Amino acid sequence: MAVLVLADHDGSAVTQPTRSAVAAASKLGDVTVLVLGPRTAADSAAKVAGVAKVLHTEDVLYANGLAEPLAALLVAMAPEYSHLLAPASAAGKNVMPRLAALLDVQVISDIADVVDADTFVRPIYAGNALATVKSADPKKVITVRAASFDPAAAEGGSAAVEAAPKGEDPGLSNFLGAEIAKSERPELTAAKVVVSGGRAMGSAENFHIIESVADKLGAAVGASRAAVDAGYAPNDHQVGQTGKIVAPDLYIAVGISGAIQHLAGMKDSKVIVAINKDEEAPIFSVADYGLVGDLFKVMPEFESELAKK
Amino acid sequence: MKLLVPVKRVVDYNVKVRVKADHTGVETANVKMSMNPFDEIAVEEAVRLKEKGAATEIIAVSAGPTACQEQIRTALAMGADRGILIEHDGILEPLAVAKLLKAVIAKESPDLVILGKQAIDDDMNATGQMLAALLGWPQGTYASKVEPADGGIKVTREVDGGLERLQLKLPAIVTTDLRLNEPRYASLPNIMKARKKPIETLKPADLGVDVSPRLTVLKVEEPPKRQAGKKVGSVQELVEKLRNEAKVI
Ligand SMILES: Cc1cc2nc3c(=O)[nH]c(=O)nc-3n(C[C@H](O)[C@H](O)[C@H](O)COP(=O)(O)OP(=O)(O)OC[C@H]3O[C@@H](n4cnc5c(N)ncnc54)[C@H](O)[C@@H]3O)c2cc1C
Ligand SMILES: Nc1ncnc2c1ncn2[C@@H]1O[C@H](COP(=O)(O)O)[C@@H](O)[C@H]1O
Repeated sequence: MAVLVLADHDGSAVTQPTRSAVAAASKLGDVTVLVLGPRTAADSAAKVAGVAKVLHTEDVLYANGLAEPLAALLVAMAPEYSHLLAPASAAGKNVMPRLAALLDVQVISDIADVVDADTFVRPIYAGNALATVKSADPKKVITVRAASFDPAAAEGGSAAVEAAPKGEDPGLSNFLGAEIAKSERPELTAAKVVVSGGRAMGSAENFHIIESVADKLGAAVGASRAAVDAGYAPNDHQVGQTGKIVAPDLYIAVGISGAIQHLAGMKDSKVIVAINKDEEAPIFSVADYGLVGDLFKVMPEFESELAKK
Repeated sequence: MKLLVPVKRVVDYNVKVRVKADHTGVETANVKMSMNPFDEIAVEEAVRLKEKGAATEIIAVSAGPTACQEQIRTALAMGADRGILIEHDGILEPLAVAKLLKAVIAKESPDLVILGKQAIDDDMNATGQMLAALLGWPQGTYASKVEPADGGIKVTREVDGGLERLQLKLPAIVTTDLRLNEPRYASLPNIMKARKKPIETLKPADLGVDVSPRLTVLKVEEPPKRQAGKKVGSVQELVEKLRNEAKVI
């Protein structure tokens, strides 16, 4: 039976976490991708390696990702699919459990591996344990931890794009507006390099120290919860158990102590660098390269050293 | 407005959990248990709505073993009015919890249910959305602001790129994110007062709910351990290593 992936897109192309969900779905059957939005996003999905079919609609009902109409649409589409997946993004985590309950199945959140059609691995307790779970439900509803699956290639596919079915509007909620930050930097969950700052940054102004090093490295900017709570960085920068899960080639933690909730979001990075003035900081126990020092001295030096070839 | 707040008993967030030697789960014997941190935020939000005059009554509900009474008492000490314990030993998945809560809601008719966005033990991030689905109610997940407005509620949500605002009809489901508020500590007099507040005990069978799990845990393992690497002596050395040894920049 076919497998459905609900895509996230940025207005023009499907996101990298969506391609990771496609990679997970490819292990389960023929992949159909549902794209709600502009035609260009559907065309980008059609090019993703391993995608057999794209279903597309520009219906304004889905323009703002409201969970109620979207779950209703997915319920109507569900009979044709054995598995329904979405990236474990804010959007995917919002709608997939709602869909699962409407189908009377238990959602399987944030999978990190596919064992077989019924069996999946998922982290629990902030990633301190990995549970292998087998679902007895007739249909599986899943969110996919993007950092755990190499994304399917953006090019190489040539799927047909067809019209998605029309769904009902339950009329329960209204979208009022959004403040979405526009950034020239790469997206946190897709970046090859991430530079994150913690409470030690001391102020939003000081966070520019992180940003200018990130710009030298073409990196995304992340933050600890303490830095976000203190207003030094926006909420969508939070890395951790309850923020974003990242696994870049290089993660640089600056003035971050390394609480388990933070480690949960970054400990699968390939190379970890920690810069902290406390040589006992727990972050050093996961760091490949540790530098003990005052960040306000180290970071400007780091920036000028990067500028040298 | 009547409020219902589901609170889960979980391993305290400061505990470093250990996987059991037989790989059936994690060690929970003799481990400090607490209210799920996101549920403390939910209780706090409910109490603030009541203090503002927007809510009349707060009911705290927990599903699980008898010991969940402790977490209900904490909610009562923070300002909830009464508690309901749905007593069950054994695994309760989000779908089962949502069904139990739906049955309680049928009896209590709250206008707003505030849950945590995620339980820090199973990390499912599902119960609120599942409950909203079963009830056919709107959902405002990952809330960083909740305001009664225009006969419904306005919810500001933390999403991937920033924030978004929704208007929900009532009754509705809200799930809390970390920055919604900072939960208070219960004062000693309030802890004493909470002892007199009523807790009703129900069983899943009283509510006519089948709570059989849908997922079988085949094994629980420790993730691969990361080895601590080396300390570098200078920024120059760090950059040299990143360029020539790790080859990541
Ligand atoms: C339910 C729950 C969920 C959570 N989810 C998350 C999450 O998703 N992500 C997350 O990050 N946290 C999360 N936390 C919070 C977590 O427990 C920690 O409180 C938080 O990560 C600490 O942030 P920090 O390391 O920036 O601050 P601190 O722990 O205060 O560490 C600051 C570090 O900076 C160092 N330092 C100070 N000055 C300097 C200087 N001049 N130069 C160099 N180093 C310096 C100090 O030595 C210290 O190690 C969560 C907590 C709870 C309860
Ligand atoms: N056994 C339970 N008893 C009461 N509330 C629960 C229970 N399980 C989950 N919840 C609620 O659902 C939220 C999300 O949990 P979860 O979906 O397991 O991540 C929690 O923060 C609680 O508010």
